[in-house]
Amino acid sequence: MIDIFTTTFIATFIAGVIASAIPLVLGSLGETLGEQSGVLNLGIEGMMLFGAYFGFVTTLETNSYFLGLLAGIAAGFVMSILMVMLNIWLGLNQIVIGLALTMIGGGITSVLYFSTYGQTTPRLGQPDVFPIPVLSDLPVVGSSIFQQPLAFWIALVLAFVVSVVLRNTNFGLRVRAAGQNPNSLDAAGGNVVRTRTFVALLGGAFAGFGGAYLALMSAGTFTPFMTSGIGYIAIVVTMLSRGRILWVIASSFVYGISVSVGTVLQLTSFDLPTDVIKMLPFVAVMITLIVFARSSYVPPALGVPYTRGAR
Amino acid sequence: MNARSAAATHSNTPVVSMRHVGKVFPGVIANDDITLDIRPGRVHCLLGENGAGKSTLISILAGMQQPDTGWIEIDGQKVNISSPRSAMDYGIGVVYQHSTLISTMTVLENLMLGVTGGAFLNRESARSRLTEISAMLGVEIDPDAEAADLALGQQQQVEIAKAMWKGSRVLILDEPTSMLAPQAIADLDASVERLTKDGIAVIFITHKLREAYSMGDEVSVLRRGRLIASIDAETLEGLSEEKFTNAVLAAMFGDDISAIGDRNDVELLSGAKVATKVRTKSSRSDEKLVLHLADVTTPSTPTEFGVSNVSLKLRAGEVIGVAGIDGHGQSALAEVVAGQVRATSGSVFLDGDDVTKLGVRARQELGLRYVTDDRLHEGIVTDLSVALNLLLKQIGKLPYWKRGQISKPDVDAEATRLVEAFEIRTPSIHARAGALSGGNIQKLLLARELSHQPTVVVFNKPTYGLDLKTVNRVRKIVKDFAEQGGAVLLISTDLDELVELSDRVAIISRGRLVGEVENNSPDTARQVGEFMVGSAHSEGNHV
Repeated sequence: MIDIFTTTFIATFIAGVIASAIPLVLGSLGETLGEQSGVLNLGIEGMMLFGAYFGFVTTLETNSYFLGLLAGIAAGFVMSILMVMLNIWLGLNQIVIGLALTMIGGGITSVLYFSTYGQTTPRLGQPDVFPIPVLSDLPVVGSSIFQQPLAFWIALVLAFVVSVVLRNTNFGLRVRAAGQNPNSLDAAGGNVVRTRTFVALLGGAFAGFGGAYLALMSAGTFTPFMTSGIGYIAIVVTMLSRGRILWVIASSFVYGISVSVGTVLQLTSFDLPTDVIKMLPFVAVMITLIVFARSSYVPPALGVPYTRGAR
Repeated sequence: MNARSAAATHSNTPVVSMRHVGKVFPGVIANDDITLDIRPGRVHCLLGENGAGKSTLISILAGMQQPDTGWIEIDGQKVNISSPRSAMDYGIGVVYQHSTLISTMTVLENLMLGVTGGAFLNRESARSRLTEISAMLGVEIDPDAEAADLALGQQQQVEIAKAMWKGSRVLILDEPTSMLAPQAIADLDASVERLTKDGIAVIFITHKLREAYSMGDEVSVLRRGRLIASIDAETLEGLSEEKFTNAVLAAMFGDDISAIGDRNDVELLSGAKVATKVRTKSSRSDEKLVLHLADVTTPSTPTEFGVSNVSLKLRAGEVIGVAGIDGHGQSALAEVVAGQVRATSGSVFLDGDDVTKLGVRARQELGLRYVTDDRLHEGIVTDLSVALNLLLKQIGKLPYWKRGQISKPDVDAEATRLVEAFEIRTPSIHARAGALSGGNIQKLLLARELSHQPTVVVFNKPTYGLDLKTVNRVRKIVKDFAEQGGAVLLISTDLDELVELSDRVAIISRGRLVGEVENNSPDTARQVGEFMVGSAHSEGNHV
């Protein structure tokens, strides 16, 4: 039995929460942008896996975490170009295309990983931390919260930026209008297709970033299907948050806590099968859904391709 | 004649000219060789039935559609209006028939939607622009109200402000009065007058003759996609209302006029006259109570109100009209009566029996019917035959189903009888129901719901979007049904229709019945309007 109330342990717990939550925050930010504009990105799981794999490979080859994150972002972005062409420009069914992208993402990255690294299963080292002066010297929170890699702070800043963009810019207003009532946006002289395209590409980049964060910062390696449903959880988080970024962050951290609690339970003397422990985050999501599903709200035009004049 | 003769002070050169404009959709010639001039400072009324091609013409001017033939000139220059944005750049502002406001956003956000330039929303400059436009229209608009909380008339003021936001020279109003209360129509009239004094050209689309006469400086009549008649300002000034009505009716309907109904019907339907109800019985309080809602509440959805604490008593032979802005609980009311939605509290009584817990089918057996407003999706099964659609609600019953199998001869015989009785135009009773026109689908629904001894029928927007001939027919069916002792709950957004058919009109707002007006004086429409406007004002802002 381990004493779970030592400062080291609590610090590790907090760091674990952050490591699980940030990829979800990033994915949900991208999904939120897309859904606010009426684009349902079910391919987010595939995009995150793409980001994770190409981020991992790049860092492994170049030893640069910065390049790795960039590569991850680019991979998500490239995949979302495919989605934009099929969904937004050609008006194909967003559910079908999204699921296809998820399968493609999982399939391609697994095949590539097994054929290249299947024997060696390489791991990355620890990323450099970006300690915040003074605060990083505090007990418990110092080592857990204020000694995170720079990417952590970038993710938080991005969350703030997305929130400001959605609420306070002309572009954000157009994004929301495209999701609420694309006809209104069109009639007001806005360009529905261009707005949705832009946002969907951004969403892909966010998903790629989230995937890369997961591989480089949280796990330190890539394993096939390592996202294990985070993409889908991001969709749930998005629907529950209704465009409110604080909610995105809060619910992502709830998820992070449920993952970390599982780890804690494994270390303590509770005799729980690991399968049950691994289920915890999903049980948490299900309970959240049962409690809050009534208040979940999706934009009316979500998933509906826009064609001018069609009624 | 109208007060807008002052229009003559403005230049007589057209600001917009349509030249030989044509547009064809699969199977329909929507516009055929239309040539029109729109002059500054004048109200140009476009009249025509549903399906005459008015909306297509407007969507071409608005840049939503491209003409197949012909062209448009602005200030004498041939232009290509390729998108709504370019229409706006040419100074054409449009207020569409269906609201384009985003209900979850505030008025200010809705108005800022068309603004480009600058990354951040400039709320202050938008506020001052709104103040300017409000002064121009002579109205007051609360910039921070959510669009969903505004009364219909107020929503329309926001739409006009939106259309004028970038300094339009031409304002197009597509059927702006069809759902407005009389007071709101008067406000609209005043705003239009102020705009034309400033030299704005207004295109006013309507199917109501009396509005065209009172508001229009010039009138054009469309029928089946063609421009049938144009009345210029000088001629219009010299015409009496009666002569105007005669001329326009002849143009609107041509030889079809006798097929629609008698002269009185035609004048009522075309809005030349205001409807009044001829009451056959003075009091119905001694009649049997057939439908009773006691304090009924249903859940709301994000897009539509449910009903809250609604109580209503409907007696045999009575027609209760329900007026209100679309989406304010009308569907919930219809569905909770029909049994499609369960009441979360309160009770529904049919003939004195509590049916709150009964489903749709059980209530049908007791004589309750619902004619839905969603004819195509909820009303019929588009891929089944007309015959099967007519007997859809008799599934499993003798004599149409025997030992679990369809008895074709009985089904066909009954279907043939109904098709004839309700004059449903179909190539055959075996044709796909989805292939029928809107009017015939509605007749099919009426045939199905009104056969097999109904006692209470809920009609939800029964004439919405139909041609006048069918409108007349449907209204007759409703009247006859009530005449024979049936009870009717008539939900409609057409105030004229409610006044023509109802004994009482109840007003629904935000899911509550906020008032009731006995339909026994020519003043009914105004009183109903007062409730509609009043309830929105008092309840609008604190939610």
